[in-house]
Amino acid sequence: MNTGGWSRFNIASVTLGFAFLYLPILLLVIYSFNASRLVTVWGGFSTQWYAALLQNQGLLDAAWVTLQVALVSATVATVLGTLAALALTRYTRFRGRILFSGMVFAPLVMPEVITGLSLLLLFVAIGLDRGMLTVTLAHITFAMCFVAVVVQSRLLTFDRSLEEAAMDLGATPVKTFFAITLPVIAPAIISGWMLAFTLSLDDLVIASFTSGPGATTLPMKIYSQVRLGVTPEINAICTILIAIVATGVIIASLVNKRREVQRLRDEQAAGRA
Amino acid sequence: MALQSLNSIRRGFEPWNDPAARPYIHFDRVTKKFGDFAAVNDLSLTIFEREFFALLGASGCGKSTLLRMLAGFEEPTSGRILLDGQDLRGVPPYRRPVNMMFQSYALFPHMTVEKNIAFGLKQDGMPAADIAARVAEMLRLVKLEEFAKRKPHQLSGGQRQRVALARSVAKRPKVLLLDEPLGALDKKLREETQFELMDLQQDLGLTFLVVTHDQEEAMTMADRIAILDKGEVMQVATPPEIYEAPGSRFVADFVGSVNLFQGQVTRRDAGRAEIAGPGLVIHTANPGDAEQGKTVHYAIRPEKIRLSSFPPENARANAAQGEIYDIAYLGDVTIYNVKLDSGQIVKSTVINSQRSADDPLTWGDRAWIAFQPDSGVVLTR
Ligand SMILES: Nc1ncnc2c1ncn2[C@@H]1O[C@H](COP(=O)(O)OP(=O)(O)OP(=O)(O)O)[C@@H](O)[C@H]1O
Ligand SMILES: [Mg+2]
Repeated sequence: MNTGGWSRFNIASVTLGFAFLYLPILLLVIYSFNASRLVTVWGGFSTQWYAALLQNQGLLDAAWVTLQVALVSATVATVLGTLAALALTRYTRFRGRILFSGMVFAPLVMPEVITGLSLLLLFVAIGLDRGMLTVTLAHITFAMCFVAVVVQSRLLTFDRSLEEAAMDLGATPVKTFFAITLPVIAPAIISGWMLAFTLSLDDLVIASFTSGPGATTLPMKIYSQVRLGVTPEINAICTILIAIVATGVIIASLVNKRREVQRLRDEQAAGRA
Repeated sequence: MALQSLNSIRRGFEPWNDPAARPYIHFDRVTKKFGDFAAVNDLSLTIFEREFFALLGASGCGKSTLLRMLAGFEEPTSGRILLDGQDLRGVPPYRRPVNMMFQSYALFPHMTVEKNIAFGLKQDGMPAADIAARVAEMLRLVKLEEFAKRKPHQLSGGQRQRVALARSVAKRPKVLLLDEPLGALDKKLREETQFELMDLQQDLGLTFLVVTHDQEEAMTMADRIAILDKGEVMQVATPPEIYEAPGSRFVADFVGSVNLFQGQVTRRDAGRAEIAGPGLVIHTANPGDAEQGKTVHYAIRPEKIRLSSFPPENARANAAQGEIYDIAYLGDVTIYNVKLDSGQIVKSTVINSQRSADDPLTWGDRAWIAFQPDSGVVLTR
């Protein structure tokens, strides 16, 4: 057994690293259960701020908007991103492929401010009123490329002879796609959806540019309230958000983990052969 | 020469000798180019119904490409492929009455063994009860009844290979293409499966086109073998013909091992020729198309060369003296490398019919090689 990796130095650096990452979040979670109105003074345990949340119509509305936007944009982005990934991996010889792949992946590295601003200009130019529709469209645009990356990396390792075998056995290309390709790459598509959903859920910058009256998302609402001072209520809603995102991440990594284990087993079985 | 494979003798099957027989699969001057590189080059080949046909060749010589063109995954750059008289150009893979067993098996990882086998039958819209019956029959055939509910990753390599076979046979295709079907198996299982495949082909009356680079496998199973090199056919013949009467030095060298003597034709009578090489005069009863005065090669298999420590009765022809240069003991046979006085090294295979010879030849011993006039063939190519 190799225990040499756990020197005192390693333990210290891992501890510090985790503390740096999670201490602020932990503090936020703890203070969301603070009985005192003063955010920095501990006044005993209480869940009153969670109850208060339910009375705060503004926050609830924002949460509802965010949820709708995230669900719709994640779903549409997953479909479009998957199609883009298929086009990029399958039709390797169409004209302008390099340009297309560059364009699909550019938003990954583009500063959000620029994405937001350009989308805003577009919506104004075509006379689209800013509201939930525009936020959703904006989120689709930028989440789509994340989905495309995730799905494309799966497709690159996909064994094309599976599809050939299906066609050889009499399945049309469409049938082959739904019976073979889609089920095999489904885990990557689910991961992509999760990613798109969380990205939409916590986006502030792009939403600020593209949203309009009546379509305030939760991050926007929180941000505007924080500028007036942090309240325990904000801590509570943030804690809920953290819980949702954490659940999403855990499910996504479990799906991936299962796939990993499966692949490992396949390889071992192949090695035995 | 009337050399036939055991398989075709057993079946009394030799349509290639029947001028009235209609070819079933016909590659007609097929070329396949990838960029500038011709993976298959102006290749013509005819295969008959119910034939067990093997494609034998080194890695990269275009065997898989040929199968893939027949299955419809690649279109020929030029030339035609006919199946039962029908030109296959433009017919998509899912409409060809041909099924393929893939080199990589290509089992569907998210389906059980049962579902994998049923997949093709479902595409045909077969009633569920018939599908179940056929799947059960296939599982019995490949002896995987207990594994019906397993996923491919829960199977061993040999079991997966059987599933792939069952899946490709399930539809009873007119032609079954097998790309290195036994590549993943160990020697023993491989030999067993070879006979199973032959029985299967016989029982179902299918046409088999098998790709392999294992010559023993091709020899065992096939009615006829095509030897390919760099996308071209070198020879098409029955296994004994390929072995005993190779048409060129390439084929002689590729199948089994061979001794090649170079020499000049000094006499040519009907059915006989004399060839003079350095330190050796050869009389042969298989002159082929040797012409007086031409430089030719004489090919003879190592097991047809006798080895002894004293000179043969007639040492004037088909005999030469040399020195034992190397010995390889393989159990059933021993291979001697003899360095002739001319400098050429000749292989001789001796069957170890006794557990120990009385007077074993050993390293550095002087020895004679000798052979019969009808033991080898003259090659002009
Ligand atoms: N899609 C392709 N693009 C370019 N070259 C290819 C392609 N497919 C095959 N080739 C080339 O064509 C040649 C023949 O390939 P093929 O797969 O038919 O060989 P093979 O005889 O089946 O070899 P092996 O015994 O290794 O399977 C090879 O040199 C290969 O590199
Ligand atoms: Mg191959």
